[in-house]
Amino acid sequence: MSVLLIAEHNNKEFKPFTLNAISAASQINEDVHVLVLGSNSDSVAKSISEVPNVKKVIHVNNNLYENYLAENYSSAVIKFAESYSHIVCSANTFGKNLMPRVAALLDVSQVSDITKVIAEDTFLRPIYAGNAFATVKSTDKIKCVTIRPTSFDPAPTSGGSAEVINGDPGDASELSKFIKKEEIKSDRPELGTARVVVSGGRGMQSGENFKLITAVADKLNAAIGASRAAVDAGYITNDHQVGQTGKVVVPDLYIAVGISGAIQHLAGMKESKVIVAINKDGEAPIFSVADYGLEADLFEALPKFLEELNKLNTIQK
Amino acid sequence: MKILVAVKRVIDYNVQIRVKEDGTGVVTDNVKMSTNPPDDNAIEEAVKIKEAGKATEVVAVSVGEEKAQETVRKALAVGADRGILVKVDGVIEPLAVSKILQKVVEKEKPDLVFMGKQAIDDDCNQTGQMLAALLNWPQATFASKIEVKDKSLEVTREIDEGLETIEVNVPAIVTCDLRLNEPRYASLPNIMKAKKKPIEQITASDLGVDTKPRIEQIKVEEPPKRKAGIKVASVEELVQKLKNEAKVI
Repeated sequence: MSVLLIAEHNNKEFKPFTLNAISAASQINEDVHVLVLGSNSDSVAKSISEVPNVKKVIHVNNNLYENYLAENYSSAVIKFAESYSHIVCSANTFGKNLMPRVAALLDVSQVSDITKVIAEDTFLRPIYAGNAFATVKSTDKIKCVTIRPTSFDPAPTSGGSAEVINGDPGDASELSKFIKKEEIKSDRPELGTARVVVSGGRGMQSGENFKLITAVADKLNAAIGASRAAVDAGYITNDHQVGQTGKVVVPDLYIAVGISGAIQHLAGMKESKVIVAINKDGEAPIFSVADYGLEADLFEALPKFLEELNKLNTIQK
Repeated sequence: MKILVAVKRVIDYNVQIRVKEDGTGVVTDNVKMSTNPPDDNAIEEAVKIKEAGKATEVVAVSVGEEKAQETVRKALAVGADRGILVKVDGVIEPLAVSKILQKVVEKEKPDLVFMGKQAIDDDCNQTGQMLAALLNWPQATFASKIEVKDKSLEVTREIDEGLETIEVNVPAIVTCDLRLNEPRYASLPNIMKAKKKPIEQITASDLGVDTKPRIEQIKVEEPPKRKAGIKVASVEELVQKLKNEAKVI
């Protein structure tokens, strides 16, 4: 009984959520092995071997894995799968794309997006945009599970020295080809892991007006989020979307500005520790989940909020 | 080129979900049902490709109970040419749905299969990828832009870091994101016309697919309730509360 975790990385370093997935994996079983499929990715394998919860790293170093294509990745994963009781990865766009392909190749019914490990075969997962939680038990011999990273604490990054072994690549697929990635670089904290998130919705009225959000986010060292309506309207790019079909965030402080609070948006942020809503419609559903609600015109409230923040002697970072 | 589009009947996205008291699931009696929202985008895209002269036929397929026929009918009303309903009673997992769709694909021989990226009821996000694996076809998931080329598609995908573009050989599976297009409404004349379009009905057992669940659902519960918050009267009060009461800034 060992768990095989598939690492998400960019060939230089692993993505932070890999650590949360490692935590969840070690709750399933302590014998956690990590599969690194990459190209010139020695540094990724090495840094993962230093995570104390990891018992073994399998590194497949081949230019097939320079870019992430589910066809190539899945054929490699299934080569190792038979020796494991569980195959896990994060339930972000990486894992959502990959794991079902792996599961179907193994004839396994996948358990998606778990928020809690109850037993080796039993998990808790949200359904209906988090409006209900299902406890489910997998009866397949190998269990394919994706993990909601924000529901698990990140594993420590140093102190371990797991063995790194080299693995053979899977079959090369000619079915698909990587063309390009338009990654939005930012010096801000990542939306998924930020301590504070300031989000704007349709009420912002334009992309230009998001500068009001940016100013507050700068002050609080926050990530910037958005509702689907704001992304659809073109105010901000898709990587900022919080909600059922976007990202799930659980910051210490979530400030929702001009967001009415459709259940699809609430699905992505209602586990935040403290929620602030600023909206001029006092009946907006966002107020039902807000710890502090301010019924006000955001165009007056946001500059004033910034002014008040500037008066504070210290601000937590 | 022929496009098969899979559509699912789900509880309407505006309905407030209620969990059954006995913990066996959520209340579905007398609840408004609709097409899974991104499946509407999948149909729209297929119809647009046909209107652009790049596809000859759009076939809508649904797997589910008898009433899923309404979902297929709605796809016909916005431009699909004919429908298929694979009848299954009770719970059906994405793996079984993809095995059923595999059989339908083997029979229909489409060049492309489109569907929504995720169903808003079970939130699994699995069926398209699983079908691609079973057919050994390429997959383009979370598509926000599709360009039809000679023997391939160029697809822009919405990923956590931003956007990614890949090229997939045809035949291919595409799972559609909500931003792919703006689904049209069915006009009354088209709704009337759709009533005359054929819907073939088959059962999962006709196709020889075992739909027995592999995942046991032990219980379904309400999420923990957030305790009620307060309204603050001013920005000053808000900042003071965040600093001194919540201690988060």
